Amino acid sequence: MTSTRLTHLQSLEAESIEILREVAASFERPVMMYSIGKDSSVLLHLARKAFFPSKIPFPLLHVDTTFKFKEMIAFRDRTAEEYGFDLITHTNQDGVRDGINPFDHGSSRYTDIMKTAALRQALNAGRYDAAIGGARRDEEKSRAKERVFSHRNASHAWDPKNQRPELWRTFNTRLNPGESMRVFPISNWTELDVWTYIYDQNIPIVPLYFAKPRPVVERSGTLIMVDDARLPLEAGETPRNETVRFRTLGCYPLTGAIRSDAADLPSIIMEMQASRTSEREGRLIDSDSVGSMEKKKQEGYF
Amino acid sequence: MTLAMATPDTNLDLWLAQQTDKSLLRFLTCGSVDDGKSTLIGRLLYDSQLILDDQLASLKKESHNRTVGDEGIDFSLLVDGLAAEREQGITIDVAYRFFSTDKRKFIVADTPGHEQYTRNMATGASNADLALLLVDARKGLLTQTRRHSFILSLVGVKHVVLVVNKIDLVGYDQTIFDQIEADYRAFAKDLGFQTLAAVPVSALRGDNILANSDRMPWFTGAPLVPYLEAIEVAQDKAAQPFRFPVQWVNRPNLDFRGFSGTVASGEVKVGDDVLVAASRKPAKISRVVTMDGDLDSAVAGQAVTLVLDREIDVSRGDVLAHPGTVPEFSNQFQARLVWMNDEPAYQGRSYLLKVGAQTVPATITDIKFRTNVNTLEHVAANKLDLNEVGTVTIATDRPIAFDPYADNPLTGGFILIDRLSNATLAAGTISFGLRRAQNLTYQSFDVNRQVRAEQKGQEAQIVWFTGLSGSGKSTIANLLEKRLTSEGRHCYILDGDNVRHGLNKDLGFTEAARVENIRRVAEVAKLMADAGLIVLVSFISPFEKERQLAREIAGDIRFTEVYVDTPLAVAEQRDPKGLYAKARRGEIKNFTGIDSPFEVPSAPDVTLHGGQEEPAAMADKLHDWLKI
Repeated sequence: MTSTRLTHLQSLEAESIEILREVAASFERPVMMYSIGKDSSVLLHLARKAFFPSKIPFPLLHVDTTFKFKEMIAFRDRTAEEYGFDLITHTNQDGVRDGINPFDHGSSRYTDIMKTAALRQALNAGRYDAAIGGARRDEEKSRAKERVFSHRNASHAWDPKNQRPELWRTFNTRLNPGESMRVFPISNWTELDVWTYIYDQNIPIVPLYFAKPRPVVERSGTLIMVDDARLPLEAGETPRNETVRFRTLGCYPLTGAIRSDAADLPSIIMEMQASRTSEREGRLIDSDSVGSMEKKKQEGYF
Repeated sequence: MTLAMATPDTNLDLWLAQQTDKSLLRFLTCGSVDDGKSTLIGRLLYDSQLILDDQLASLKKESHNRTVGDEGIDFSLLVDGLAAEREQGITIDVAYRFFSTDKRKFIVADTPGHEQYTRNMATGASNADLALLLVDARKGLLTQTRRHSFILSLVGVKHVVLVVNKIDLVGYDQTIFDQIEADYRAFAKDLGFQTLAAVPVSALRGDNILANSDRMPWFTGAPLVPYLEAIEVAQDKAAQPFRFPVQWVNRPNLDFRGFSGTVASGEVKVGDDVLVAASRKPAKISRVVTMDGDLDSAVAGQAVTLVLDREIDVSRGDVLAHPGTVPEFSNQFQARLVWMNDEPAYQGRSYLLKVGAQTVPATITDIKFRTNVNTLEHVAANKLDLNEVGTVTIATDRPIAFDPYADNPLTGGFILIDRLSNATLAAGTISFGLRRAQNLTYQSFDVNRQVRAEQKGQEAQIVWFTGLSGSGKSTIANLLEKRLTSEGRHCYILDGDNVRHGLNKDLGFTEAARVENIRRVAEVAKLMADAGLIVLVSFISPFEKERQLAREIAGDIRFTEVYVDTPLAVAEQRDPKGLYAKARRGEIKNFTGIDSPFEVPSAPDVTLHGGQEEPAAMADKLHDWLKI
């Protein structure tokens, strides 16, 4: 640093670190949601910085829907081993028993059971009083309204019309029995901030973000990667190799790829600046209805 | 000119370097409802080409049947994100939006205009460097314009732009703009803003947003966006005294003990002498640790871990400072409060106060006055209602380290939290510490409570009876006192009647007076217990908070809450003083159980069932439980 003025990335980093430390100091059983995506990678990096030289003083929780990309799971396990954090994975066993999948049950029911209900199960089982997530306010309109420390009632529901005032950086972290907090340390980051920070700090991310030839099928304009044999092919449909990458990562049958040649970070950032569609367009769950994210959040979705 | 950021072309590394090296301006939009705040932000996002194709398509669809500009879009739909907001066409909560130009990155807090959501406006203002205060050119200054200005001033926003919007609807008339600007400057002259500019705009049509509008040649000032790009708001925080609130003690193993936190102001270097503000224990900084390697120094805004050269007691909430420029350390101060809860603020109520990383029980000892937001006049008050602003004195249970808010917002701003619901009740800013507290230290006498109590062969304590009028509190307390006295104990009963006739005869029966009544009784009980007595307090004490307060005032004195749970019908039938009959006839107001509530204790130490058992049996039961 050359002057006493911090750059915007330095201020964002410091703000996030302060929030993470406040969680560690104020809650009895915090947990950090780890979705393996780029935002999670940034969050993990920030948590390592916040507590250095101590280890991250809370576990990371991955809700595994069983339909994540294989490369995501491999990256998750590699990262956990390299940094030595405490990784908890949870899958909704009721959903597995009932064979819930996005093909036969639809994306909405599948997401309810394998993501939202699974998350509630995991949070209840761990009796976590604070769950840290990597959501950003620039992602979606209801997220733009949410507090950094976002209060949840005993059934994990958000009451958007009655949020606690949040003054300065003086966070009210107090809870009544059964209540919990969702905490969003990178609320004030934009997608461009995340990418430039990954570039600046050389943070490892899942290779799926970089373009390379991958087997895909095209359905109603969306490119779906054939990550394993569970994807039912329609009559006459054959996967073909295309050079694609992902702007956002989730369950492979619900995540659209984009045609791209961007194989390194600078090319990704350049492509993003030139792009005219928003990040969540690749996610098939947000577009179900206007206000669908707010509704999901009220039910306990991140 | 264009607002959109240059896209990377040939020199990508240079472009990326620019992205990582921009400054950040946090501002809010505020003003009355319908003055066009959301539309202005939508305009800024649209003009900075941050509205993406898929968003634009869905916006055009939703803009059907709404007021639109030349582009066919209702910009406010971009920011009103909650279903209820879109249905009602109003903004309920603050929304954060982001845009960048080549010069700066902006974080915008779009705050609600309705009075009932003032607390959300304060939330948005508390982290902003600058405010865009919108005024509808057709309406001029409104109550909310003034209220928001006052709150801006209270939370310390130093830079204000008066945006006179909808100027197109008054025919781009300069005289209207000039009049509004003059009115506002007259109103705001004492609010302490460092800069104040006024700009006439039409957010809907884009006049004077990016460039000077042809339709207002008479306006020669800077248009809005160039003004925001250029204004210097950074205070030189590094030049202020060093403050480091310790957030988290970093202790990975026996060989490392560091203190993690964010430098609130000033600068600290390796080798500096520092003091712990509370204990005044000195040490030297031996390392400034980060994961990217040790630093020689750290400045305001940096999150670091400090290591000291010796083992001294430091924990979360402590503040490190340089000797000679330490913060104030006191348990009493004057402050301004914005009240944010439906339940009013009363003198004597106990709350939790959080400043920096310190959280302590605190009491509003005096409401000095309320400020009328329209006239800025001081008005006498004995409570503060939702959205009211007042000047108060506050006493904390133990001394805390702080600075006046004007000197340092991060060590002088606090919140009040409800002890039962945990709701955030108020935002406060410390004006100054009260000297009398700084000079007053409790003498540690050789003769103390234990000595006095042992002299009487007993444990000094308070037994607090709560329950309806006529529930049998005093009867049971009398029986208990008799039995204890016969056993050689030294007791005293405080009851509503003997205190109301003397010490508290100036108090009525309003809620505020009841709070004060209980506070005084609790303080008297504490003094008596300190004299070594067993104090039996028999008071209706209908509110959970006041019973909680009494318990806190007692401090480390043994305190037993006894709930005499007698059904209202039974108590009313007994009516030993004929009070229920009077209350039913309307001759007594605010009578507990009739037209004033009794909050059933959530966790009494002992519950006695009046109406089911005889008073003597209950007194014996209590005697056995207390084991005095």
